[in-house]
Amino acid sequence: MNAPQQPNLLSIRNVGKHFGGLHVLQDVSFEVPAGSIYGLIGPNGAGKTTVFNLITGLLTPSAGHIDFQGQSLIGLEPHRITHQGIARTFQNIRIFKEMDLLENVMVGMHDHLNYGGFGIFLNSPACRAAEKKARERALELLSWVGLDHKADMLADNLSYGDQRKLEFARALATEPKLLLLDEPVAGMNPSEKTILMEEINNIRNRGYGVFMIEHDMRFVMGLCDRIAVLNFGRIIAEGTPDEVRNNPDVIEAYLGKEDE
Amino acid sequence: MEWFNDFWSTYSTLVFSVGVHALLALSIWLTLSCGLLSLANAAFMGIGAYVAALLTVNLDWSFGTVLLAGGIAPALVALIIGAPVLRLSGVYLAMATLAFGEVVRITVLNLEITGGPEGLNGIPLATEGWHIALILAITVYGLARLRRSKVGRAFEAIKEDEVAARLMGINVDRYKLLAFSLGAFIAGVAGALNAHFTFFISPREYGFENAVDILTMAVLGGTSSLIGPMLGSSILTLLPELLRSLQDFRSLVNGAVLVLVVLFLPKGLWESRRIKAFFKRLKGGQA
Repeated sequence: MNAPQQPNLLSIRNVGKHFGGLHVLQDVSFEVPAGSIYGLIGPNGAGKTTVFNLITGLLTPSAGHIDFQGQSLIGLEPHRITHQGIARTFQNIRIFKEMDLLENVMVGMHDHLNYGGFGIFLNSPACRAAEKKARERALELLSWVGLDHKADMLADNLSYGDQRKLEFARALATEPKLLLLDEPVAGMNPSEKTILMEEINNIRNRGYGVFMIEHDMRFVMGLCDRIAVLNFGRIIAEGTPDEVRNNPDVIEAYLGKEDE
Repeated sequence: MEWFNDFWSTYSTLVFSVGVHALLALSIWLTLSCGLLSLANAAFMGIGAYVAALLTVNLDWSFGTVLLAGGIAPALVALIIGAPVLRLSGVYLAMATLAFGEVVRITVLNLEITGGPEGLNGIPLATEGWHIALILAITVYGLARLRRSKVGRAFEAIKEDEVAARLMGINVDRYKLLAFSLGAFIAGVAGALNAHFTFFISPREYGFENAVDILTMAVLGGTSSLIGPMLGSSILTLLPELLRSLQDFRSLVNGAVLVLVVLFLPKGLWESRRIKAFFKRLKGGQA
């Protein structure tokens, strides 16, 4: 009766992307298991954010397959992919600065508010109830990242770290099954990083899958269950943090080759 | 009551114009609130005016139906041209919608049924003050409701960051089309109302100048709330009348006022946050 259990939430197979003659990604394959924290690392310009853009539908792959819960994502528009259960944050934060925090999070609930035009115009009980519930849920999500006391503040007035947290809460508001985090600790100080590490762990424990791009090695190694390493558009290693750490190809990519 | 009758017989057209211009400013506010710089609203107003006037003159439809048709006709046109045009953004969208406006004006100029350059004469005077007041009230209420719903938040999100809005699950293309056609509907109704108290319409009234005027009203008043466009349209409609004593210098002063506002209040006369902060300070000072 039930569909067969998908062991992997996200499956990327032989994906390639080129812009004209420039091959950004070649033959990239890896699987993100459900209920885990997966990391994608690699030097600058390796093509990590391109992977995220392909998954979220901002770009279309030139080759290969991307499946989410057994269904292909290729050709779906970004908002459809969000609807399937994938949310993301951005490397260069993209919150809605002219809205307050509560509204920011409520934008993420867009898909889950099912009242229609007449409901809005007539201020129907169903519409009011849905809005009230959404507001409560938004406050709850803000409290997860410790921002509920600033709910009425304009997002533009938040500190850098808080803006990242808001983006987090907003992504969770779309009720994703998989959360894509693009360099979540970029520009944070060590204590902020430790707090965020706990928060990401909490989010995983609440049942979300997490897939992150990150430069901070200590952060990635301490948090991720599995890691893939991307270099010049190719996956050069994949495995547990320990396996990846000791892989000679990875060491070479990051530290360069020893002179013979 | 006599003074009122005197006043009304002299100024009723002006009062009507204030209402109609408020509707027009609100119609462009709607598209602006979704981040679309569209200059098609004068053309949409024209389509509404001509459709409504022709239905009244030739088919003798009831005024209510005529108004509705005057809104629906441009909304349908907006739906059709929206799909290709709304792929553009910023000044490119402004240029494309401006070009569309010219197409409409020249079409009306050359059709026989519209009376060509002579325009349509002898449209029955059906619009009454309460019609405009009621439609304006419904529009303001509807837009206020819209703003506080998921639709209003979607518009705002699209205005601020289209990519982020898409990834929040918002069907950006559909919402842009919605804002564009709803704006066209409001502008069309305004045109229909206008045609039925001016007695006469011609293609000249719906050209480039009007498109810019409508935009100016909204921008002068400020687009951060619904009050701004109404304030801006009232000022721009009344100012030329108040400055009548200046005779030849009228448009000069009119222009100077505009320049000053844009220089010193770039977000428009009515900026919700600034005004809220002002009242807070006022309260704080008294306490």
